[in-house]
Amino acid sequence: MNASGEGLHDAPREVDPPRRTPAEASSYIADGYSLRSWFVTTDHKRVAVLYLVSITAFFFIGACAAALIRLELLTPAGDLLTNEGYNRAFTLHGVVMIWFFLIPSIPNVFGNFLLPLMIGARDLAFPRLNLLSWYIYVFAGLFTLYVLLTGGVDTGWTFYTPLSSTYANGHVMAALTAVFIVGWSSILTGINFIVTVHKLRAPGMTWGRLPLFVWAHYATALILVLATPVLTITLILIALERLLGIGIFDPSLGGDPLLFQHLFWFYSHPAVYIMVLPALGVVSELVAAAARKKIFGYWFVAYSSIAIAVIGFFVWGHHMFVSGQSMYASTIFSFLSLLVAVPSAIKVYNWTATLYKGSIALNAAFLFAMGFIGLFVLGGLSGLMLAMLAIDVHVHDTYFVVAHFHYIMVGGAVTAFLGAVHFWWPKMFGRMYNETWGRISAALIFLGFNLTFFPQFLLGYLGMPRRYHVYPPEFQALHVLSSSGAFILGLGYGLPLIYLFYSLRHGDPAEPNPWGATGLEWTVPSPPPTHNFEEVPRVENEPYDYALRHDESIG
Amino acid sequence: MMGWFGATLPEASSHAVRVDLLAAAFSALTVVLTLPVFVLILVFAIRYRRGKAVNREHAPDRNIWLEVSWSVIPFVLILGFFIFSARIFFDLHRPSPSALSINVVARQWMWKFQHPGGQREINELHLPADQPVSLTMASQDVIHSLYVPALRLKQDVVPGQYATLSFTATRPGIYHLHCAEYCGSDHAVMGGRLIVMAPRDYAAWLGHADRATTPAAAGAKLYRQLGCSACHAQGSSVPAPSLAGISGRRVRLTDGSTPIADRQYLHDAILYPNRHVVAGYRPVMPVYARLIDEEQTTALIAWIEAMKEERR
Repeated sequence: MNASGEGLHDAPREVDPPRRTPAEASSYIADGYSLRSWFVTTDHKRVAVLYLVSITAFFFIGACAAALIRLELLTPAGDLLTNEGYNRAFTLHGVVMIWFFLIPSIPNVFGNFLLPLMIGARDLAFPRLNLLSWYIYVFAGLFTLYVLLTGGVDTGWTFYTPLSSTYANGHVMAALTAVFIVGWSSILTGINFIVTVHKLRAPGMTWGRLPLFVWAHYATALILVLATPVLTITLILIALERLLGIGIFDPSLGGDPLLFQHLFWFYSHPAVYIMVLPALGVVSELVAAAARKKIFGYWFVAYSSIAIAVIGFFVWGHHMFVSGQSMYASTIFSFLSLLVAVPSAIKVYNWTATLYKGSIALNAAFLFAMGFIGLFVLGGLSGLMLAMLAIDVHVHDTYFVVAHFHYIMVGGAVTAFLGAVHFWWPKMFGRMYNETWGRISAALIFLGFNLTFFPQFLLGYLGMPRRYHVYPPEFQALHVLSSSGAFILGLGYGLPLIYLFYSLRHGDPAEPNPWGATGLEWTVPSPPPTHNFEEVPRVENEPYDYALRHDESIG
Repeated sequence: MMGWFGATLPEASSHAVRVDLLAAAFSALTVVLTLPVFVLILVFAIRYRRGKAVNREHAPDRNIWLEVSWSVIPFVLILGFFIFSARIFFDLHRPSPSALSINVVARQWMWKFQHPGGQREINELHLPADQPVSLTMASQDVIHSLYVPALRLKQDVVPGQYATLSFTATRPGIYHLHCAEYCGSDHAVMGGRLIVMAPRDYAAWLGHADRATTPAAAGAKLYRQLGCSACHAQGSSVPAPSLAGISGRRVRLTDGSTPIADRQYLHDAILYPNRHVVAGYRPVMPVYARLIDEEQTTALIAWIEAMKEERR
């Protein structure tokens, strides 16, 4: 590869790339091309590809619902969808995007693919459990789609009682069952990751030598295992109330509707960190590789993942400042929520410091990582505003909240997911994509995202409630801005699908280490062979041990 | 007055002014904390881009003091705002004793308001300026949330629990009033207007408004119609605790606890009497939860509270 590590793949080609490289011929992909060989595989890399295909499908289903929502919001009147139709559209959008795209996105695609490769293992600890978790996920996903499209559910993804119990329209119980089922997929994945990191590290791969991606996934797995069962229990309690009439959440049966909110957010707030922590792990890898430099403050970054996971369990009450929760409880939750900012800020400042005196490649993966940092910072700081009691009383349940969590979960998690796709695509499929198109889509997504969601901060502060498709006419200008941003964002998300698919057949073959990055996954061929490593690797170096001297350095 | 892109939001109370000040000051802090990050990322990405000959010697890979300081200093700054914000929040929960008391019932999909004189309105609320107001809100079905952006206030109304919202509007005008908690099909159109008037205009409005009986008078009528007096009147054949003067007093229950008979207690004692049985009595009162709605319950409570005043 050339010294700059870029530009190589943009040059017009003299000769078409080979149909099949030697690395591909002996890779996990060549293991079998029949559908059966994919559906009964226990290879973590193949399961990762199964997940990649299925979460992409769910992403575009959720995106269609988002497109309907943004179209409806172009005008202040409810003219495209009925009231009920709009409610069903945002419920479908939320349920599909959260449980069937965001939660499994980075962990189940890149965690599955990379965890064994990064720690020098042959596979995850429980390969069959891994495949089972995919089947559970797909079954629950298809069941959800069937329920949402045929019966319709209009409770929002939050399923607040008693709206979702006593007063439910549509097939709420069936949708809850699907969410109950998909939870088991999360739990199995979490257990698998924890055991893998503890038991399958190669000789010499101490905890202090783990890539930060692995630290982040370890923290994520802890949340998956500890929080998901609470959601499972909550859904069982709803079923008990609906089927047996035991009063738990319904006040007319002696229950307490707020108990549901406590239980729901005890899962769903940590669930936000299930979506974000893996993204933080991805960005740590991307920043270090782009700068060809040891990450600044490895231990601060590693432990900040664990700190986020732990503190994240004690902040759920910040969703309930106006629910009638005791004001003293609210004050404590407000304080704890501000505390989460500390480990998050550490990561951002440390990434910035990593760039100092680096040798920075301005490639697509890096641009996605930088986009992530910008959007994550804005999302995080608006989160601090929401944690302030007096501000939250005003902007709670408005577009301010909508903007905030889209900055974290779309601006953050989805941008990092795309960064991961661009960084590890050559490793996964052995082909280079067109770098220029990668940069264009990174820029389009950053611009489109901000145009879509920044106006929503303003809308929210001006008092536009969420889940409204009929709104006061003075908000139209901001809504039109937001919808036109969504159009650009949609283009940005569609582009990679084209050039990445194109690269599978027409891309240049990837070398084992096209970015010149450290990490065991870059020591094996691209794509990796079925057994990952020829022989068990011995780890003797610190993580991110990039050369201290660069050729082009002066001084 | 805040405004962007043709949309504006008036500040209709001193609380609104304080919240806007807090939000603006905190936004300024976020700029101070993030601008260095964004600028440095850009500067580093350009200065240290690959292929550029530049001094990269002695690149640091850790610095404990630097890392501790950029963790702690922003947090301390943020804590200052936390205290300011918590004080505003606590002030909201200190209702004025002289407040004008308005009863509110939320149901799918409307807001019903009743003034102390009995005047009723739906999806519109007329209030006097510069007068402390206290809304006592109940929900007939699911969770709703009363939201007035111009006051920077909202409060969820959970079925089975009275919620209160206290404020003083200072600027006459017409403001949006929304339901902020998603409550089913017509959630987006469950709202109306808050009309803040000069006190003189409000008094005139009260005179013209559709006047039903006062809540206490309606409660007195219900008290007889529902047969409450058959047991609760003094000297009745079925022993039941006397209600005169009970409001605001401590009540001893069979389980030994002594709660104060506030509105929430009376609400539950009427709708679900077997939840707390007064010491010395048997649980014989029928459950009224499925017989009367929240408006009737509120009227009954108003009558029980009035009995207290009569006895004095």
